[in-house]
Formats: sequence, C-alpha cells, structure tokens
Amino acid sequence: MAKANQVKSTKEKIISTIFTLIVIVLFLCVLFPFVMIILNSFKAKIDIIKDPLSLSPTKGFSFQNFIDAFVGMHYLRAFGNSLFVTGFATLITITFSSMLAYYLVRYKNPFTTFMSNWIVASMIIPFQALMIPLVSIYGAKFGILNSRITLVLMHVGFSMALGTFIYQGFIKSNIPKALEEAALIDGASQYGIFFKIVFPLLGPTTATLIILNVLAFWNDYLLPTLVLSKKELLTLPLTTYTFYGTYSANYGVIMAALVLTVLPILILYFVLQRKIIDGVVSGAVK
Amino acid sequence: MIEKKNEHIKAGLMFASPGLFFFAMVVLIPFFYGFYLTLTNWNGVVNEKTFVGLSNYIITINDPEFWNSMLLTLKYVVWVVLLVNIIGFVLGYLLTNGLKGQNFFRSGFFTPNLIGGIVLGFIWEFLFSRVFVAIGKSSGFESLTSSWLSSPDTAFWALVIVTVWQLVGYMMLIYISGFTSMSRDVLEAASIDGATGLRKVKDVIFPLMMPSVVICTFLTLQRAFMVYDINLTLTNGGPFKSTVLVAMHVYDKAFTERLYGIGQAEAIFLFLVVAIISVIQVKTGRSREVEA
Repeated sequence: MAKANQVKSTKEKIISTIFTLIVIVLFLCVLFPFVMIILNSFKAKIDIIKDPLSLSPTKGFSFQNFIDAFVGMHYLRAFGNSLFVTGFATLITITFSSMLAYYLVRYKNPFTTFMSNWIVASMIIPFQALMIPLVSIYGAKFGILNSRITLVLMHVGFSMALGTFIYQGFIKSNIPKALEEAALIDGASQYGIFFKIVFPLLGPTTATLIILNVLAFWNDYLLPTLVLSKKELLTLPLTTYTFYGTYSANYGVIMAALVLTVLPILILYFVLQRKIIDGVVSGAVK
Repeated sequence: MIEKKNEHIKAGLMFASPGLFFFAMVVLIPFFYGFYLTLTNWNGVVNEKTFVGLSNYIITINDPEFWNSMLLTLKYVVWVVLLVNIIGFVLGYLLTNGLKGQNFFRSGFFTPNLIGGIVLGFIWEFLFSRVFVAIGKSSGFESLTSSWLSSPDTAFWALVIVTVWQLVGYMMLIYISGFTSMSRDVLEAASIDGATGLRKVKDVIFPLMMPSVVICTFLTLQRAFMVYDINLTLTNGGPFKSTVLVAMHVYDKAFTERLYGIGQAEAIFLFLVVAIISVIQVKTGRSREVEA
C-alpha cells in the first residue's frame, strides 16, 4: 500500500513538473515581446539595427527616445483626448444602458419585447457593415464629424446593446420588485427609486461594464479614425499610428512611443488586476 | 387600462428614450440606410447619389479579389479559432490544478488583451522584421533569417500568431471559470467509476465544458472576422496585397477607392457570413451541452 502511494506520487510529481514547464514556456512567449520593446526603447537607432537582442549596446542606454517620443507625439494632448472620450463615453453608456435595461425588464409590453430582441440581434452586426453609412450620414449629410463629442456619442450608441443586455440579466434575477414598491408607497419619485435604490444595487454589473467599456474605448482605432482627422483631436492609438508613419525608420523613438502608449493601461491593470479579470470573465459568461 | 398604457409611455420616455435614441442613431438607422447605399453609386464627396439598382451586388459577386480576401479570412478565422481555443483550454486546465503561482500566471497571460491592435501590430512588426531575423542570423536557424512579413505565406502565419498571442489569455480566463465551476463531485465520481486520463477529459470534462467552448468560439469568431487594426499595422495587407483580410478590403474599397456602394455591398456579404456562422455555431454548441 505504502509503495503504491509512493509510485503514484512520483508519477504525479513528473506530471506536475511537465505541466509547470509547459506553462513557463508559454509564459515566456507572452513576455518576450514586451521585454524586447522595453529593452530597445532605451537604445540608440544604430544599436537596434546592429543587434536588437544585445544587452550591452555601444551607445549605452538612455531616456532620450522617451523624451523625443513624448514631445513628438504630443503625448499629453493625445492622452487628454483619450481620457475625455473614454471617460464621458463610459459614464453615459453606464447611465443610459442601465436605465434602458430597467425599463425593458420592469415594463412588459409588445414594444419592450420587440426592442429587447433587436438589441440582442444587433450584437452580431459587424462594425464594417455600419461604418460606411455612419460616415455618409454624419459626415456628408450633417457634417458633425471631427468632434470629440460626436465620437463619445457614437461609442455610446455602439456599446448600448452589450450594456443593456448584461444589465437586463442582472436586474431580472437579482433585484426584487418589492423594494421599489415599498419606496413608491413612501412617495419616492421614479428617478429617485431608480438612482437611489436600484442603481446602487447594480454595483457588480456596473464594475464589469466600466472595465469592458474603458478597455474597448481606450484601445479603439477604427471608429475614431473615421470620426477624427484634425491633429489636435487625435486619441492615443491614432497618434501612435501617425507617429509611426513619420518616424518609421527611427526604431528607438518608435519603441519608446509604444511603451508610452501601453503604459497607462498597464498601470491601471497593475492596480486593479483582480477586478479587471473578474469583470472580463463575468462580462463574457453572461 | 389606458392609465396603465400612459404609465408605460411615461416611464419609457423617462428611462428608455435616451439609450434607444443613440442605439437607433448609430446602429439601427445606419444598418438599414446601408442597404439603400448599396443601391447607389455614391462617391463620398458630392451629396448626389445615382440609383444603380443591384449592380453593386453583381460587381461584388464577380470580384475575384473580394472572394479571395473572404476565403483568406475564413482560413484565418479557422486557424485562430482552433489555436486560441486549444491553447486557451489547455492553459485553463493547467492553471486550475493548484500550480504554484497560478494567479500570477493567469494575470500575465491576460496582459496582451489590454493592448490595442494598433500597438500590437507595431510591436510584432518589429519582432518579425528585426528581432527574429537577428536570432535567425546568430543561431543559423534557416527559416528565421529573412523577415516572415516579406513573403505571402509566412506573413499570413504571422497574422495568425499575433492574433492567437493576443486572444489566448482572454479565452483562458473563460475556461478557468468553467473549470472552477465544474463540481468536484462529478470528477471524483468519474474517477471512481474508472474514467482516467484522456477518457476522463473526453467523456466527462469536455461535455461539461461545452458552455465555455460555445462562448469562447463565439467570441473568437466575432473578433477574428472583424480584425482590422492588427492587419493594418502588422502587414498592411502586404506583401503584394496577399494578406488583405475582408475588413480591410471593405475599408479600402470605400474610403481609399471611394466606391462606397460597392464597399457597403461587400460589408453586407460579410455580415451575412458572420451571421450564418454565428447562428450555426451557437445552435450546434447548445445541442451538445449537458446538464451536470
């Protein structure tokens, strides 16, 4: 008996070592690109061209690339634009989609059933099927492109379906109607009931949606590039793209620009890791 | 009855109208307007549109370049879906078995998902064209000595590799949540009944993981069909237009060649393909799910 156990445990040990090895190898594959970019962002152009892997470049390491990239890509301005667009779009999406979901769950009539179905169905429409009409309507007809507000409101429209869908599921199964009825008897207004009683209870879902939306808005390229063309309005991904076009031969500066672009989101991830991972999972599984 | 109806309308105006307004303005109206656009020859500059009937659809159907691009996209989607799900599934399994530091690994594997496609494409462009070539030259590893991005076949695989590299961590998380919610009792009962190793995976774990597989396949399909930014910054469709995925084809047709009607007709074909595949996938996946 004791021997059998021993055999089993050595076998288990070998298996677990193999598992660990697989995980470590894959993990190094994920890490490698980041290491390369960071390493080379501190090097001079000739050293990168000579040997991107070298750990002892002839010209040494310096922060010069970061200074050049920071100034050249108007980092603060682009960062500010991204912050403006992401912040307002997330705030408005959360407010409007929770209100819409609340209505669709609490008021059952033919119209709400119809709208609920459309909202779910619309999620399989690829963005490519909407972008041309979008430019045609809001660019050629109304001429309201090239404005950060337009971009914010378009983000809101596009994220309404997912937000409403996720909130609907949560309200249906987690928010008792009795609570609202009691408040109604106490004479609370309809907005009062929603914002003071219902909305605070939606906390976990709100956190999930904030995370999903912030990541999507912050990193989006295609919609912003269709809406914004004025230099002063460009968000970080757009600036990175144009900056690359002008400096493409100057690898060091480009690497520094890439590091600067990813840095804010990585810092955020470092602080909110658990929340972000939970948010992404519950957003997908629902 | 009337009072109740009025109450519904009042609440609708208060709660539903702002959200529905933006949803309609950005999704519903453009979607239907898009069908109208395919019937015109709008060039994006003047406001006049001439009605051209179904000719944009006929042009699209007869455009071999578009269908090549669609075929390439299908090939790309198949590989991405397969690789992302296999690696994601395996990682999810390995990281729910009490490995030391598994939380650290989980967050690490997810990191590429935080980065936008534009930056990802640039990062890997540098890796393929500089770093791997340097490795190839110093190690004498033949297949790395010239950049993968400079020949059509390897450039396609570069696209697949980068997409898989990005998405694997996301799907891993979903598989992890599937594995952790799977009840220990079922697994133990299976072991007692003599199911071990691969049989356990095939007959017990896999059916129970079907909901996660359905979600992951759906999400990967959606992402892969619509990919544009990685395509733009990694290969820019090159070399010799050999890696133009369908999203890029639609974009170029409309905004570079200024053939908006044709571009929109192509977009509608893309929509149909995505819709049909998504529905089939979800239906077949659902039918294989079992109640635990």
